[in-house]
Amino acid sequence: MGMIRRCLLWRLIPQGILLSVFALVFIGCSDNRTPVEIASAQGILLLGNGSEPHGLDPHLTTGVPEHNILHSIFEGLIAYHPSDESAPEPGVAEKWECNSDATVWTFHLRHNARWSNGDPVTASDFSYSFRRILSPALGAQYADQLIVLKGAEDYLKGNTNDFSTVGVEVLDEHTLRLHLVGPTPHLPGMLKHNAWYPVNPRIIESFGSIDSRESEWTRPENLVGNGAFRISKWVTNSYLEVVKSDTYWDTDRVSIKGIRFFPIEKASTEEAAFRAGQIHYCSNIPIDRIAYYRSRHPQVIRFDDYLGTYFYRFNTTRPPLDNPLVRRALTLAIDTGLIVREVTKGGEQPARGFVYDGVSGYLTPGNLQFDPIEARRLLAEAGFPEGAGFPKMDILINTQEAHKMIAEAIQQMWRDHLGIDIGVVNQEWKVYLDNQDNLRYDISRSGWIGDYVDPITFLMIWTSDSGNNQTGWSNRRYDALYKQVLLTGDPHHRNALMREMESIFLDELPAAPIYWYTRKYLIHPDVKNWHPKLLDYHPFKFIQLEPTGFRL
Amino acid sequence: MPRFLISRLLQTILVLYLIATVVFVMMKAVPGGPFSQERNVSEHILRKLEEQYGLHDPLHVQYAKYMWNITPKRFSPGALLRFDLKNGLGIDFGYSFRYEGRTVNQLIAEALPVSAELGFYALIIAAFLGISTGSLAALKQNTAWDHIPMGVVMVGICLPTFVMGPILILVFGFWVPESIRLPVLFWEPSYDASWMESLRYRILPAITLGLYYAAGIARLTRGSMLEVLGQDYIRTARAKGVSPFNVVVKHGLRTGMIPVISYLGPVAAHLITGSFVIEYIFMLPGLGRHLINAALNRDYTLIMGTVLVYAAILILFNFIVDTLLVWLNPRLRLGSKP
Repeated sequence: MGMIRRCLLWRLIPQGILLSVFALVFIGCSDNRTPVEIASAQGILLLGNGSEPHGLDPHLTTGVPEHNILHSIFEGLIAYHPSDESAPEPGVAEKWECNSDATVWTFHLRHNARWSNGDPVTASDFSYSFRRILSPALGAQYADQLIVLKGAEDYLKGNTNDFSTVGVEVLDEHTLRLHLVGPTPHLPGMLKHNAWYPVNPRIIESFGSIDSRESEWTRPENLVGNGAFRISKWVTNSYLEVVKSDTYWDTDRVSIKGIRFFPIEKASTEEAAFRAGQIHYCSNIPIDRIAYYRSRHPQVIRFDDYLGTYFYRFNTTRPPLDNPLVRRALTLAIDTGLIVREVTKGGEQPARGFVYDGVSGYLTPGNLQFDPIEARRLLAEAGFPEGAGFPKMDILINTQEAHKMIAEAIQQMWRDHLGIDIGVVNQEWKVYLDNQDNLRYDISRSGWIGDYVDPITFLMIWTSDSGNNQTGWSNRRYDALYKQVLLTGDPHHRNALMREMESIFLDELPAAPIYWYTRKYLIHPDVKNWHPKLLDYHPFKFIQLEPTGFRL
Repeated sequence: MPRFLISRLLQTILVLYLIATVVFVMMKAVPGGPFSQERNVSEHILRKLEEQYGLHDPLHVQYAKYMWNITPKRFSPGALLRFDLKNGLGIDFGYSFRYEGRTVNQLIAEALPVSAELGFYALIIAAFLGISTGSLAALKQNTAWDHIPMGVVMVGICLPTFVMGPILILVFGFWVPESIRLPVLFWEPSYDASWMESLRYRILPAITLGLYYAAGIARLTRGSMLEVLGQDYIRTARAKGVSPFNVVVKHGLRTGMIPVISYLGPVAAHLITGSFVIEYIFMLPGLGRHLINAALNRDYTLIMGTVLVYAAILILFNFIVDTLLVWLNPRLRLGSKP
């Protein structure tokens, strides 16, 4: 036996060596600071940013993670204000004016606006960019944003290929005039969207034609932007890094040296990264972690108002959901207050109407409230007393824990208050979208986030020819009012028309509004000047980093 | 031998085309397309998009085009070593539907080295832990040295990586004292750091992946060593006065390793290709994460590219192991009579 024991000792020597190498690597880091502490000291902001960006072409991307990156490396005529989402902050345009009915807008471009390759940013660059996104062959998903421009719709649909018919006029290299289809007082808000961003024509042409999608101009080594930052490194599925740009006209105001955007899809993973000190900002919190942060680290958790509505679509082509009484009964039987208190827990407001309340002076006419008695009465009036004879139906959700919890709560409420039995079906995202789009559902969970701060961005989805209606509901009066709104410049009259639109919606309820969103996120105390914003876009040029030494 | 090689090569090619066909059919059968999104785009824009990506062609035309693009047309090993499939084999998977301006070839060339590196570390960990625990257990059969490590190993086999990963994250990322904590996510630090610092980011994913296979190797080593250590020639060696170290390492392990090595071939392939879950848990920029995201995004070209690369690696490793085994053991050769 002794022989074998000695042999064991021999075997242990190489193991020992390997283990000590391991130990060295484990402890080998002399720097005990977390990545966040190191980054704060260096002036680098580390952000959790949803998913890997599709691309960086401002005319082709559609998502929020992309927009977060784009507004750091590009700048439109109008930029984001650090704290007020409705206020227009001068971007490339230093001042602008419009005529009395807001149909003709003139923008005066600043002379010191530069591309990151040193070229000046000119009015013809903007004109080229608008022509590019409207080019039919480019197939830009967000080209519809520009159809407020006169003649843009015809150009986009290929009815004409003469761009001079579109209402974009270059008066001189620093003056741009836009002619619109109708009065659009909220145009400055729309211009903050990346669909309106300029691209450098020389760069686009050197990597392909004006309408080529598969161009490599957005690779980090090729990309030329005009924003406060420029891209320096992009590792797919790892991170994207931007650094402060020297050519930006307002570069003296930019406090941080760079930003790293990390694509982290899962909320629980992102939260772990935040807790481990690997990111300054965690864009999503799993619902079951909210209580922990609220009680233990209230200084890092934030709930900001967010311009969006969570709602359930009804398929109005399927009986008995074609009956407005049934839809109203189902809506009134949802205890929205209980849902925001006990399920979502993020300080959301129960939705009284569809349009987010208080948007640019607009007050919703809605007064939806949980009313089980009225709901039961309506259901009986529709021919289903105490739920008797109500057909079996399903709520369609896309697979996500929060949606499931809400659906189950509503399922229970309908069972308790109406005596009807509704199932819950969850589907993978793209399958869910396909079924919702083709009206293959009974009731479907949905959400809508405004594109800009104006009620019309909510109301436009319920017109008969809107691709986002997806309920089969249509109302002639509603459609007529929408057209009227587009032609009305007077804000008071415009708001009155929109209130009438929303009243029609609330009478018929093709969808049940549930709550108005909040943004729930975690942010490290080192990050300063990060204010609540209705659309959740935070202009990074105003952000500051001050190391506080805070650790979770 | 040449007959065996040629027949296996032909089989391999057939299998890859078959896989490509099945994937193509399945992709087209799944509801939802690459351009469906929450906010609907208008009909005319959708039509333009489909035109741009060739989706308006009849299915058989799309299929034929695709098959031609993925057919090898040249061979240049130098380019292949840089994971450049286009110059190496003339295979062009096309542009990604989801990631504008990036080709599937580029995405694979960036991601494959990450998966391969992770697989390499995991293989070292699996072999080292597996062989040493297995040998120890065999030498000390039926003692605590046998039961405890083999019990732990049993747990390793039973715990899937998606359970083991989060447990290790919790323990080494949050519970242990701050001075020895390990990074819980990402492939490299978010600041400029030494290679040693970067290596620390790879420890937890490599251990999670390695542990699972270490368990199998340990059990195999133990069984095989027990058998070998009882053989006459080991007793003879000991009787001759060979040092105990040499008895175990030179005489015992050498023979005892044969079944383990034939097991390591497929394991190596699995370690490179089987890390999707781990890449997702630890947010690593490897091929597995592309595969999952591509399926969710209906990124047709990327789905096809990743599936085929995975399939090719698996088949290649199995092919190498089979060839080695045939070379070692003539009885397995084709047409040989028993």
